[in-house]
Amino acid sequence: MPPLSILIWLPAACGVLGAILSTFLDRGRATATTASEPDAHTGTWSLPGVLALIGTVIALGLAIGYIADYKPGTSGLQHVTDVVWISELGIHYKLGISGLNVFLIGLTTLLFAAATIAANLRIQSPSTPRPKLFWLFFMIAESAVLGALLAQDLALFVAFFDLMLIPFYFLTLFGGPTARGTREERVKATIKLVVYTLVGSLLMLAAAIATGVLAAQQGGGHITFVLSQLQALPLSKGSQEWIFLFFAAAFLVKMPAFPLHGWMPDGYRAMPIEVLMVFSGVLSKVGAYGFLAIVLPLFPQAAVHFQTLMLVIALVSILYGSAVAFTQTDARLILGYSSVAQLGFITLGIFALNPQGAQGALLQMVNHGLVVAPLLFIIALLAQRSGGSEDIRAMGGIAFRAPVLASIFLIVSLATLAMPGSSNFVGEFMILLGVFQTKLAIAIIAFTGVVMASVYALRLFIRAMHNRVGKDVDSRDMTIRDGLVLVPIVAVIVFMAIYPQLALRRSEGAVKTAVASAHAALSPTPAGALASSPSRAIAVNSQEAASGESHEGASSEARSTETTSGAGEGAYRREGSAEAGAQGSGATSSEHASGEASGQENSKPVAKSEGHLK
Amino acid sequence: MSADLAPLLATATLRGPHVDFAALSPLIALLGGAMIVLIAGLLRSRTVREHVVPALTLVALGAAAGLTIWQWNVEKSIAAGALKIDSLSLTLNLILVAGGACTVLLAWRSLASREAGHSEFHALLLTSIGGMSLLSAAQNTVAVFLGIELLSIPLYVMCATELKKEHSLESGLKYLIVGSVGSATLLYGLALIYGATGATDFSSISSALSANGLATDPLTLTGIALCVAGLCFKASVAPFHQWTPDVYEGAPTPITAFMAVATKVAALGVFLRLFDVAFIEAHASWGPAVATLATITIVVGNVGALSQSSLKRMLAYSSVAQAGYMLAGIIVASKLGAQATVFYLAVYLFMNMAAFAVIVARERELKSTPTPPLIHGDTLAAMQGLGRTRPHLAWPMTLSMLGLAGIPATAGFMGKFYLIDAAVSGGYTWLGVVIVIGSMISLGYYLPVIAAMWMSGSSEDAPSPSATTTIPTPGPTEGALPTLAGGSQGLDEETPPLVAGIQPEVVLVAIVTSGATLFFGVIPQPLFDLVHGVGSALGLL
Repeated sequence: MPPLSILIWLPAACGVLGAILSTFLDRGRATATTASEPDAHTGTWSLPGVLALIGTVIALGLAIGYIADYKPGTSGLQHVTDVVWISELGIHYKLGISGLNVFLIGLTTLLFAAATIAANLRIQSPSTPRPKLFWLFFMIAESAVLGALLAQDLALFVAFFDLMLIPFYFLTLFGGPTARGTREERVKATIKLVVYTLVGSLLMLAAAIATGVLAAQQGGGHITFVLSQLQALPLSKGSQEWIFLFFAAAFLVKMPAFPLHGWMPDGYRAMPIEVLMVFSGVLSKVGAYGFLAIVLPLFPQAAVHFQTLMLVIALVSILYGSAVAFTQTDARLILGYSSVAQLGFITLGIFALNPQGAQGALLQMVNHGLVVAPLLFIIALLAQRSGGSEDIRAMGGIAFRAPVLASIFLIVSLATLAMPGSSNFVGEFMILLGVFQTKLAIAIIAFTGVVMASVYALRLFIRAMHNRVGKDVDSRDMTIRDGLVLVPIVAVIVFMAIYPQLALRRSEGAVKTAVASAHAALSPTPAGALASSPSRAIAVNSQEAASGESHEGASSEARSTETTSGAGEGAYRREGSAEAGAQGSGATSSEHASGEASGQENSKPVAKSEGHLK
Repeated sequence: MSADLAPLLATATLRGPHVDFAALSPLIALLGGAMIVLIAGLLRSRTVREHVVPALTLVALGAAAGLTIWQWNVEKSIAAGALKIDSLSLTLNLILVAGGACTVLLAWRSLASREAGHSEFHALLLTSIGGMSLLSAAQNTVAVFLGIELLSIPLYVMCATELKKEHSLESGLKYLIVGSVGSATLLYGLALIYGATGATDFSSISSALSANGLATDPLTLTGIALCVAGLCFKASVAPFHQWTPDVYEGAPTPITAFMAVATKVAALGVFLRLFDVAFIEAHASWGPAVATLATITIVVGNVGALSQSSLKRMLAYSSVAQAGYMLAGIIVASKLGAQATVFYLAVYLFMNMAAFAVIVARERELKSTPTPPLIHGDTLAAMQGLGRTRPHLAWPMTLSMLGLAGIPATAGFMGKFYLIDAAVSGGYTWLGVVIVIGSMISLGYYLPVIAAMWMSGSSEDAPSPSATTTIPTPGPTEGALPTLAGGSQGLDEETPPLVAGIQPEVVLVAIVTSGATLFFGVIPQPLFDLVHGVGSALGLL
């Protein structure tokens, strides 16, 4: 496989190339044909757009290659690039693929490729402002997101994380045919978005520098920001705590989580759909990824200390997001608030501080990206059919003349509400399983979120596609070009539903390593003692299960029927053992054993359950 | 006392009569250049005055830069121990010369140099840079005061060079008064230090402070406090910054750029020398005090900039805030801190020059339209739609604003990173947090500038000047204050119309400095190498 730098910088290079070439071409055209000025913009495919498409598709191909090439069952980095960037500050340009980011890379490149097609279809309209710059910043955005995901150096991560915002700042500012609101509203929304997110990111910058410096002071060595080396130099608990809060602020704003979501409604309204597809689909995941890849390994004690706080934030996000999504009539905001709820689930899984929860969270990150992007695109299609309004009260009855669109919408909606059989179901299930083991009460309340998800997702679907035909509705089916955007993503959703193990198995080793220190820190603390009773119960159960029967195949169909019929913990037990069976029969059995062995250092019951359930 | 001075006297007797021309050569090039420029301006030909004089100035600056590089690895005391060339002074020299060169280019066709007389204007500029160079090499308090005055007095004059603009004159006068107060305060402080320690040169002050337990002596501390106040006037550190917005706004824009960059370099350079060398023993006393000042400065500067409509005032407040950031590197009194400060100074030069170059270009463009519009070139309104009409100006401004805000991939990010790194290493973690909080507030005024430039659907009625429009320069008869033309040759003759519109040198400055902002944001290693020796030159750990 080619080095990761190519994957990161190829999109940006395509964007810059497109901007430069089209500048020269436009100049030539302007001098050649002064009269036919409007003609210059009516070509279906603009040069920068085509270049962007080429760039994103090659990036997608590379990402698929990396996924295929990823050796499951390992927890280390693969395809590492490590160059000293700034020797004085100990900053390395270190990139690597791990089980944590390999699927997020796939998600990012997929959504960017889809959004590129979507934008290419739409950007031809002459009202689109500044197509050249749109493409330039769009491609820089992809590079920045990929950089943040692949960075294995804390300073590099922070740099990419902050850099991500700038292209989105411009993209939101430019607006477009699918952006809403007046110019002033857009400016206001953009500033709000940037201020919110940068407040978090800049605090994180200070925290990251402090991490490097304090680790060097405690370790007595030379300053470094390489993640693996920082992990070997744990900070004191006091430092960890304030640093944790700063990092959490950055990530929670990006997600967004409940008290920090103020930028979200305005920002969602102001962004064009293509931009929002990647923003909602990918950027929010970078925040969650940051928790998993950076916060948990580097600040385990603080993660334990603030576990309850984070779980409560996640829980409130779930409840608040779901409830508001239920009351909104603006389709875009329904999705916005549902994202708050979904990201709440992801946070919940991460701060269960055990491998089940974290792995579920990781799977759910991919799943949520996969459903929210097509839903946003569908909303744009619906708006075309309902007289330009994105209000679900103006929609209705669209399904009658648009069967293909309706069925795709239905598939995606069902995935959103975590229908048993979908990959989202597996993700949410594992998250709740993980939380059950640490905080029983929170898990039970979080269950209501699952119910509410079906309410708002189905409400959106029914109000848009069925009911009485809306006043301005002019129903027609989606075109093949729209299909180009939707079908690949839906295909991936279906594939993940059938075979979630693809992601689970590849992420397993890395997730275990990521939560290992926090998990270990959890056990001796009073917080851990509180949660120990349910976890022990599950451990016992799972022991029974593993020794016993139920080694049916890992077909999600079978699992879903079991779970819906079965009640309580028995079902989880079976789920877990089914997983274990699937993996035990695979090639990863030796790795599996080693995972168990390393788990033995922890308190025994938990370690056992961990081994079996995985 | 005599025992302390003995080794010093020994060197003094050896080196005293000897003039090390090689080591002094950058300074000689600057001040000699000033003389030559002054004489060249006596020639009658207009071409000579308008183009040869600035060109000669650039040659002098180039010579100073070349000689600085020639002396690069030299470290020795010169002028009987009054000055010292070392890594710090040479690095600052380079930054100053670069700032001076940018100023010359920005002022090439400006009204300011025309009204003040080209040769006088450029001679003053070179003298001021000479003073700054002297200041950055100062090794005793007398040289400090000499340098401060040598840099300030030409600046007082240059602020007032747009003779027909009331604001310019007011700015010059205000700067003169406030600057004199600052100088006097500093002088008083230096005198008290001399009274307490009996020494004028930095190393003796330092050893006197440590040897005689004077570090907590009230007299010393009063002296140090007055020195802080005096230097804070020069570096526009709050609460001694009130003059900054008015003076920056009123002064001709090229001069504002020069003041914003070069004065800050010199003032913070001498801050480093004085506090991290001479007063290092009293660090425990002044460290927290200056840290408090830095915090106030960051808050006041950033909050003050928020509500400004004039970009020059906004940049003035921003420069106040940036001074606060840079103080962090001085406060920690470590090798890392000194390097971070100098690193940021270099970065700061690029970012600010790009912004001011764009403002200069816009001011001239808007002035040169047939019907001068009501919007002034340095307002936010003048930036509306710039991204569409003049991308070659909008991009530099964008990069400059992003850099000043500290966004990654610009040199500003690296600079802040380095400063915060130094602050945390020096045990001032909270100051690092204050810096990032300041950066957050600063987004509130940097981003609207970018938004104005790139926002679609902007007012397209912004006038777009053609390349051939001319500035209707008021002749001496219609000037508001003709008597002030005085002996300035430029106004005694018929003034030819200025050709505006295309300003290659201004655009060049904008593009080169913003390009450097981007370049050093991605590949910062050359700048790190540049400042590498600074910390050890000061003898810090």
